[in-house]
Amino acid sequence: MNRDNDKGKVLIKRSLILAAAEFFMFVVIIGRLYYLQVYQADKYKMLADENRISTRLLIPPRGIIYDRNQEHLASNRQNFQVSIVAEQTTNVQETLDAFKKIMPLTEAEEEKIKKELKRKRSFVPIKIKDNLTWEEVAKIQLNAPSLPGIVIDEGLSRYYPFGEKMTHLLGYVSSVSDSDVKDDPLLEVPGFKIGKAGIEKFFEKRLRGRGGNQKLEVNAYGRVMKEIEKNDGVLGERVDLSIDARLQSKAFELLGEESGAVVLMDVHNGEILAFVSTPSYDPNLMVTGISNDDWKALLNNERHPLTNKVIAGQYSPGSTFKMIVALAGLESGAIKPETRFFCAGKMFLGSHPFHCWKHSGHGYLDVVQALQHSCDIFFYETAQKVGIEKIADMARRLGLGEKIGIGLDNEKAGLIPDKDWKQRRYKEPWHPGETLISGIGQGYILTTPLQLVTMMARLVNGGYEVKPTFLRVSEEEQKNIKKINLSPTYLDIVKEGMFNVVNVPGGTAYMSRFDYNGMKMGGKTGTTQVRRISLKERQTGILKESELPWRLRNHALFVGYAPHNNPKYAVVVLVEHGGGGSSVAAPIASKLLQETLKLDPVKKVIE
Amino acid sequence: MYKFYETSIRNQSMSLKEKFFNLSFSYILFIVLLVSVGVVMLYSAANGDWNQWALKHLLRFCVAFGLMIFLAMINIKYLLRYAYFFYFVVLLLLIYVEIMGHVGMGAQRWINLKFFNLQPSELMKIALVLALAKYFHGTSLQTIETVRGIIPPLLMVLFPAFLVLTQPDLGTAMMLLMTAGAMFFVVGVQLWKFGAVFLGAVIMAPVAWHFLREYQQNRVLTFLNPERDPLGAGYHIIQSKIALGSGGVFGKGFLKGTQSHLNFLPEKHTDFIFTMLSEEFGMVGAVFVILLNMLIIAYSFAFALRSTSYFGKLVAIGLATNFFLYVCINTAMVLGLLPVVGIPLPLISYGGTVILSVMASFGIILCVHINRNVNLGKSD
Repeated sequence: MNRDNDKGKVLIKRSLILAAAEFFMFVVIIGRLYYLQVYQADKYKMLADENRISTRLLIPPRGIIYDRNQEHLASNRQNFQVSIVAEQTTNVQETLDAFKKIMPLTEAEEEKIKKELKRKRSFVPIKIKDNLTWEEVAKIQLNAPSLPGIVIDEGLSRYYPFGEKMTHLLGYVSSVSDSDVKDDPLLEVPGFKIGKAGIEKFFEKRLRGRGGNQKLEVNAYGRVMKEIEKNDGVLGERVDLSIDARLQSKAFELLGEESGAVVLMDVHNGEILAFVSTPSYDPNLMVTGISNDDWKALLNNERHPLTNKVIAGQYSPGSTFKMIVALAGLESGAIKPETRFFCAGKMFLGSHPFHCWKHSGHGYLDVVQALQHSCDIFFYETAQKVGIEKIADMARRLGLGEKIGIGLDNEKAGLIPDKDWKQRRYKEPWHPGETLISGIGQGYILTTPLQLVTMMARLVNGGYEVKPTFLRVSEEEQKNIKKINLSPTYLDIVKEGMFNVVNVPGGTAYMSRFDYNGMKMGGKTGTTQVRRISLKERQTGILKESELPWRLRNHALFVGYAPHNNPKYAVVVLVEHGGGGSSVAAPIASKLLQETLKLDPVKKVIE
Repeated sequence: MYKFYETSIRNQSMSLKEKFFNLSFSYILFIVLLVSVGVVMLYSAANGDWNQWALKHLLRFCVAFGLMIFLAMINIKYLLRYAYFFYFVVLLLLIYVEIMGHVGMGAQRWINLKFFNLQPSELMKIALVLALAKYFHGTSLQTIETVRGIIPPLLMVLFPAFLVLTQPDLGTAMMLLMTAGAMFFVVGVQLWKFGAVFLGAVIMAPVAWHFLREYQQNRVLTFLNPERDPLGAGYHIIQSKIALGSGGVFGKGFLKGTQSHLNFLPEKHTDFIFTMLSEEFGMVGAVFVILLNMLIIAYSFAFALRSTSYFGKLVAIGLATNFFLYVCINTAMVLGLLPVVGIPLPLISYGGTVILSVMASFGIILCVHINRNVNLGKSD
């Protein structure tokens, strides 16, 4: 009985200990609650927000590119895309079948859609097709009742209304690639497009704008529950170009099927009015994504549609270089305006013969006549007297031999050789014969069409160091253009020569003359050999251009300006393997300048 | 009027009416308050829908409430008399489930009784308490203090615990062992014996580790370091802590828990309902629920101490401790203090078997309370 009493006492004592232990456990739990919900509350509140809030970047509309007359050169077009949302339809297959009746899908496309549907959560829209036309959108909307789960989204996509006419100027936008600098979170947004070439690339920062963002509440599966906050970004800035879309189109049409380049610019301020390189391709293809086959075709085309020939094509200037030799001769005193040389069709330096393009020779000519007839012998003689150094110096003053810095990729510097250069490059001294060859713009000399039009402008604008640009130039900026130290008398002599080329019978571009309300064109033709004519061929008779394969034919060149009395516009026309400068390039320049004088885009602005 | 019943109690032959008025109404009030919290939280867990869980929970509670009152009304003598019988019946059911589990497809922990699933392991929690209480009731302290004296009750514990463990249900097995351990402690088993068992457990732990299933090993490892697998097993506990912590002192408001309603929180209507409550009602709500549970446990201990019979005392303590283990393990688990073992929060979590077994326990505790003056002889 005593032990029974003890048993009861033990039970009570130990029960109280157990109760205390249980109480203690609850104290621990409440302590833990305090630790998590008070002490660490801020940390967990942040984590909870990180969980539920998903920030999305909003792509701002890209800036519009305008020409000088407010014409859209690059704009944003509404792009309709049709998608399927699995959870909004009871039977995905039925919906797809119904859709196929309206717009056929290839088996591969359907396969891809079904794969995506399996992979993604049921509320994620899966793209079926994009770049729908208005008719297709209308057709889908008309059939909406039989298409549960089909949704149409609209977005903006870049559009180039002038297509291939502007490609080498504007460039294009395309998906971000690994090599692009990731300096902006926008670049990480799927579907974001970035300027890859041309103006689109050069003004990328301005055109892009700043991305906005949208804070969304999402659940654990990523479904959007509601919008919490939205910041609209900053629209891309507009870019106004000096281009005149009408003249650009005209120039493109004039080149037609040819492979070549045309640049038209304002001689006084350097504003470029037309900037064409052919053949071209449709930049809109690049926006939506070009197919591999199409891309390969562009790469392997022997006429190099991907090359911007205006800035990246380097050509011997040929006879268009003769103005520089003439100026260098006059300025150095090596020749005088009245100096005459006799052309017998060829001359000898030592025992080496140098030919004029005219076998029978031109007889006696002065510098104006030599330019008019493009006599080679006269310029051999002049070059020989002046020396390569002074010719090179004159060429550089007129914009040749170095990059102009127009802002586009792949701009080439061309090449103006001199004795130092030869020594550096070939570790050989300069040969006197090379001076002669340089005198007619052949040999080592290389120029880009952009440099040639710059040269033309500087020759006729009164000797100002004008630089080509795609942007509008203010009067203030124009006043700050430096003068090149050139004698107006000598410039007038060269101008007279260029006038005679076009307007006096016997001039190499006489066939391309025009008189538009008394306004006339001046200029200089150039034909540059791509192949070397062998002695044997000279004896048997030089092959006619039309008998040669395309890639061996001469390049045709023409640099010109108008109107002659008060020059405003300068133009360069290059036709690769086009044959003769007078027969192929000059007519294009002539037609373009006539159109330019008719529209006279510069007058409008200055008044 | 109270005196009148008091005299009747001493007579050991109370009418139903007398028994009814001897129920502890404050005890019942705490229970009803807890279930109300549960119903409200289940409404929130279903994003504001009564039909999904809340009403079913309420219905189950009503059935379980009837069971509780029924058990409270029966004569405590019968509990003592049929304790072993009940224990063996439940043990047989456990064995049956074990065999069916091996024969059938995968692990089955319950017997389908058409209207509800009977989970023998839940019944075993009550049966074990009753059987152990009966054993110790009839055994002298002298015998209890011998090694031989605790071998039969030890077997009574280990056999069902082993069966439950192989189901596999680590949580319930641990609860059986801990409930029994608490009872061994209160009846006066010497502390050195607990020490010896503890030492043995430490030595055996590496061996036992190999017997754990891989997912159980993962749970332990993930508990020790939740960041080990933040998207897999550790995800639950990390999200639970974020939900709790972000609730702060006053919570995000009813139906406004972002973690719960945006589905970051797993199992929010069952094992993690306490997390959801703490997210929406903050520390204030969480402490309120814990205090209600503490009151129920404190009352149960008080009933035990006031009971004159050794059996009654031990039954009340055992069942109260069992209830305590539910609450403590569940809350500690969602707070990241214990591994995730799948123990629900009684009366609040959705689930049929637990509410029935817990309400049955309360019924028996109330029965002990009503029969507090009944003397039970060793032979009864």
